[in-house]
Amino acid sequence: MKHVIVGAGPAGVTAAETLRKADPDGEVTLVGGEADPPYGRMAIPYFLIGNIADSGTFLRKSDDPYDGQGIRYVQGIAEDLAADDGKLTLADGQQLDFDKLLISTGSHPIKPPIDGLDLPAVHHCWTLQDARDICGLIGEGKDVVLMGAGFIGCIIMEALALSGSNLTVIEAQDRMVPRMMNKTAGDMIANWCRSKGVNVMTSAKVTGVAEDGGKLSITVDNGETLPADLLVVATGVRSNMDFASGSGIDMDIGIKVDDHLQSSINSIYAAGDVAQGPDFSTGGWDVHAVQPTSVDHGRIAALNMAGHDVTYQGSLNMNVLDTVGLISCSFGLWQGVEGGDSSEKVDTANSRYTLLNFDGDLLVGAVTLGRTDHIGVLRGLIQSRIRLRGWKDKLMEDPNLFVEAYVDLTRT
Amino acid sequence: MVKALHIVVDDCTGCQQCEMACSYKHEGVFNPAKSRIKVFEFKDQGRSVPYTCTQCSDAWCMQACPVDAISVNTQTGAKEVSGDLCVGCKVCTIACPFGTINYNHTSGKVDKCDLCGGEPACVEICPTPALTFIDAETTGMEKMRYWAEKTDQGQTAQT
Ligand SMILES: Cc1cc2nc3c(=O)[nH]c(=O)nc-3n(C[C@H](O)[C@H](O)[C@H](O)COP(=O)(O)OP(=O)(O)OC[C@H]3O[C@@H](n4cnc5c(N)ncnc54)[C@H](O)[C@@H]3O)c2cc1C
Ligand code: SF4
Repeated sequence: MKHVIVGAGPAGVTAAETLRKADPDGEVTLVGGEADPPYGRMAIPYFLIGNIADSGTFLRKSDDPYDGQGIRYVQGIAEDLAADDGKLTLADGQQLDFDKLLISTGSHPIKPPIDGLDLPAVHHCWTLQDARDICGLIGEGKDVVLMGAGFIGCIIMEALALSGSNLTVIEAQDRMVPRMMNKTAGDMIANWCRSKGVNVMTSAKVTGVAEDGGKLSITVDNGETLPADLLVVATGVRSNMDFASGSGIDMDIGIKVDDHLQSSINSIYAAGDVAQGPDFSTGGWDVHAVQPTSVDHGRIAALNMAGHDVTYQGSLNMNVLDTVGLISCSFGLWQGVEGGDSSEKVDTANSRYTLLNFDGDLLVGAVTLGRTDHIGVLRGLIQSRIRLRGWKDKLMEDPNLFVEAYVDLTRT
Repeated sequence: MVKALHIVVDDCTGCQQCEMACSYKHEGVFNPAKSRIKVFEFKDQGRSVPYTCTQCSDAWCMQACPVDAISVNTQTGAKEVSGDLCVGCKVCTIACPFGTINYNHTSGKVDKCDLCGGEPACVEICPTPALTFIDAETTGMEKMRYWAEKTDQGQTAQT
């Protein structure tokens, strides 16, 4: 059996390793599209602030983790996919034959249609190379503007703020991390960031970028014009699936896969940021562009490619974020469900916040600010569908008791 | 033979000596807040529940780590965090459905039970049979496995 995996991020690497074990006789080829060895994008912020060398971002730290383990590593960019013939063509003309193909090509950042975003001092912060390009443009005395305070934007913000740059963050929506936090929590994060010296603008849009005397000049629709040495654009991503567009594979916001991570073409699977897969909470199909989902996808897709029959329960949307020292998390249906109860505790003085959302006596979503102890039980409570029974009333009174609830309900 | 930390809730008196021993062993201070094993008190039920990592085979923390900072100690079976490799991204702390890997604000990295390299300090100090370190096969880990399976992302078809 010839397995080809295209895209060597967390999803692709996890899949290659899983396949290597699950199909000992099969051939496993991993195609990496970047010049660097496979690395974790998540580690980029720590590279940016100089905590680690670029090798610190690499997904695997052992000597020779791919070819040395029986995984053929090929560097190249896939350009065309002929599904019926089982052929993947790379940009350098190389053709790879496959019996089973995993598409794990991730996503790429997009630029909104605003004048001036092609100027040299405008960057994304998505690849290790982007981070190298940005390194020289940040630090004490530098004026840096970040466009977009979504999850990825806020992660980058932490690094940009720690670099000592004069930082302004511009978010079009009415609050920070709007897809992960409600207004209360988003505003608490914004106030925290302001108290740490970050200039946060919400409900504000960049309308144009120009070059002015060796600096960028950024116009905002609230009437301000900001000078900048660097503009970082973090306004969303889109799945990398163009190379497969001629193959007839079903795609929507990502490559559509079923609960086995199999696409509309039997021999082809998809995993990670490129895959539109089952959502644990909604029962629908979505792209949860986060690390835990990408590795879960990679593992389960690989097991199915190897001939096992493994059903995926769906991914739980979850994030943890550190905004200049304030740690926040969100899980599942944090907006709540119709007819469901909601329990909230706000402690503005200590920048602490907990929100739990229930469907009957099941926890379905949560937001926390300012606490980190045993936080993972929120995943446990939601994804194990633990009936809260008597704990429901206690949590309605004090949502901060969720760890006690989990321990009591699962340890007898 | 791989050994496992075996917890018998009914035998725990809530003395919290395990928390002290753990914190001292790992952090050099007697501070229950820094312990990797925590005793939850349910006063209304008169019940104390020692709680820590079960070194589960799913190892969600290890799988989720983007920089290979968590690995299995082949001697003890413990999943251990490398302080050198951990960047402090915290993704493991939300990936673990038991909440037994935690962010340490002082070090900027994460902490979890590492079985003290094979001689758990909590077991040594525990004055009752609540904490023992015994053959992994006989610890009655079924309960932990049960909850692990309920959270599992992939379920193999029953054959
Ligand atoms: C700065 C930053 C911080 C982040 N922080 C977090 C975080 O804290 N928590 C979290 O959960 N998530 C975080 N993420 C998101 C997380 O990194 C992604 O969800 C994860 O990397 C997705 O893994 P993947 O394997 O699907 O895709 P990727 O990691 O994007 O890997 C896909 C690979 O495929 C390659 N590729 C693309 N097209 C082709 C082609 N045609 N041919 C060959 N190769 C190709 C790409 O170059 C890439 O190397 C962060 C992302 C960034 C950028
Ligand atoms: S916090 Fe450390 S151990 Fe946990 S996932 Fe991040 S790098 Fe890995």
